[in-house]
Amino acid sequence: MPRLVSHPDEVKIVTRRFGQGAAQIDRYLELGGYEAVKKCLAQGPEWIVEEMKASGLRGRGGAGFSTGMKWSFVPKQSAKPKYIIVNGDESEPGTCKDHLIFLHDPHSVIEGTIIAGLAVGAKMGFIYLRGEYRYLLEKMERAVAEAYERGFLGKNIFGTEAEFQIVTQSGAGAYEVGEESALMESLEGKRGVPRIKPPFPAVVGLYGGPTVINNAETIATVPHVIAMGAAAYAAVGTPRNGGTRLFGISGHVERPGVYELPMGYNLKKMIYEVAGGVRGGRGLKAVVPGGSSTPVLLPEEIDIGMDFDQVGKAGSMLGSGGVVVIDDQTCIVEFAMRTISFYAHESCGWCIPCREGTDWLKKTLTRFHAGFGQPSDIDNIRYLAENMLGRTFCPLGDAAAMPTLGFVKKFRQEFEDHLHGKPCPYARAGVPQLTVV
Amino acid sequence: MGARVDRMSVEQKKSESMPVFSPELAARLDALVLKYPVKRSALVPMLLYAQDEVGYLSDAVLAEVARRIGISELDVRSVATYYSMLRFKPAGKFNVQVCTNISCMLRGGYEVYERFQEELGVAPKGVTPDGLFSLEEVECIGACCWAPAIQVNYDFHDELTAESVPGILDRYRNLAQNKEKNA
Ligand SMILES: Cc1cc2nc3c(=O)[nH]c(=O)nc-3n(C[C@H](O)[C@H](O)[C@H](O)COP(=O)(O)O)c2cc1C
Ligand code: FES
Repeated sequence: MPRLVSHPDEVKIVTRRFGQGAAQIDRYLELGGYEAVKKCLAQGPEWIVEEMKASGLRGRGGAGFSTGMKWSFVPKQSAKPKYIIVNGDESEPGTCKDHLIFLHDPHSVIEGTIIAGLAVGAKMGFIYLRGEYRYLLEKMERAVAEAYERGFLGKNIFGTEAEFQIVTQSGAGAYEVGEESALMESLEGKRGVPRIKPPFPAVVGLYGGPTVINNAETIATVPHVIAMGAAAYAAVGTPRNGGTRLFGISGHVERPGVYELPMGYNLKKMIYEVAGGVRGGRGLKAVVPGGSSTPVLLPEEIDIGMDFDQVGKAGSMLGSGGVVVIDDQTCIVEFAMRTISFYAHESCGWCIPCREGTDWLKKTLTRFHAGFGQPSDIDNIRYLAENMLGRTFCPLGDAAAMPTLGFVKKFRQEFEDHLHGKPCPYARAGVPQLTVV
Repeated sequence: MGARVDRMSVEQKKSESMPVFSPELAARLDALVLKYPVKRSALVPMLLYAQDEVGYLSDAVLAEVARRIGISELDVRSVATYYSMLRFKPAGKFNVQVCTNISCMLRGGYEVYERFQEELGVAPKGVTPDGLFSLEEVECIGACCWAPAIQVNYDFHDELTAESVPGILDRYRNLAQNKEKNA
């Protein structure tokens, strides 16, 4: 069982029911569950969308798009059925927050999905979990069955005219399927290759129908926004960054874990106070602030508020909220190599800049780390990554290029040191010292 | 090795004359295709559930899935080869998947992975001679805050050290023995 952590600075909104048996429907109801959806049934779609807009809730999947705005893009009239999709592919390294939501509060995902359906006029929702999350899929499936039994799902939900069905779905291993259009392809029983945009999913999505796709944390937050009121929710965060976020702090800290903190919470404080500082009293070398695709920050750059705008201003991204802390005895070249190996493995191969770019970066960095680097490699890595940026079919190419550029720019000296030391001058014991490829 | 090939060819012959799936799985897959507005949406989970029972996607499994969805076998293969959890060769009864991605790497994921290689005496992607264990390195499994983490089939084990490896393997060995006794 993943360990739950706690800190006095936390503001528990989304995690309020964690560790309290709320996966069971009676307990969820006791803890105030399914009240928000009843309120929405009484208030109607326009009200829901306005509340979501006013709440300042922004997508927790990575891009941080306003949830209320996204919902408002769905056309009112549509010849084809509309759909809601919950994105539970959660595969960005450093990210494990949705894991806890599915485990501890699956009904909040169901309730949020119904509310999204009411808001845009969809009658069916899909909850897609990565294939590795089988035990969580089973939790979700039990919760969905309970909701059907109580008449919260199906025809005439909560004794009204409204209808809403939920279908759960398992993936089978693919980071790229987390990209929204690739996820729709996968849900249609195809290879997870992304679609060209526009048209955007809100207009042409699953089975060609208008579709809202949101991250699982975004959806699980929705009932809380409705229950506490948009204004109260927005007041917790910073301007245009409403509420809280589930920050997953991992790597070299004393107390790793998923902490729910207000948007805009100071990153330095998050590492040194909430997570107990760098493990073993070591120094801090670098921080990856929002999952592996976000550019690295130096220790002198972390005195910032963790919201989408402030992290953006610092030259990185809030991303998925996965904060990876790196101590001063870590080899950044190896870290960069491991990061790019992931993207090379996960590139779907559809477009050339991503397929070839990630592969070349992986090969170059592997050779470089093994002690066979050339001085020209450093600029070549930059050149390769810069030429991927913005030139790939979907953002996976950017997700691979951005962190690579960050490592090379901010740790150039460490790359240069590798030209002189063979093997890696920063090597830990037991690191496979690869031979030339 | 020779014995192994023989056993496999016997198994393949068996599967030609016998139903590919157990009655339970067949019933489950019958229900699965009815869940969706479009039948083909069942394809990805169907492949995974079939693999869970049969152990891998054999030719017979692929043909049966194609028949159930009503698409060509080639189409099924094209989809199946995309997903990293799907395999076309048998794995061990317990497939050990060690995450070495960044959060796990920082907390000793590679040391755990190496210890598994030593204890099992297999190389990456290898299967032990008794067929009990297979080992592979995997990408992030969504347990980064409880790193280093592994999955054995679908079970998570987290906050591991190299020293905890033998104990985990023993647990699965016992599980296999008890199952045999009860069978
Ligand atoms: C390569 C790639 C992988 C992604 N993986 C995920 C994921 O695992 N989970 C997720 O919610 N969003 C993921 N996204 C973002 C989705 O495309 C989409 O923006 C998100 O699900 C929208 O939900 P939100 O507005 O609630 O954030 C990924 C995007 C890309 C480009
Ligand atoms: S990095 Fe290993 S579980 Fe995420």
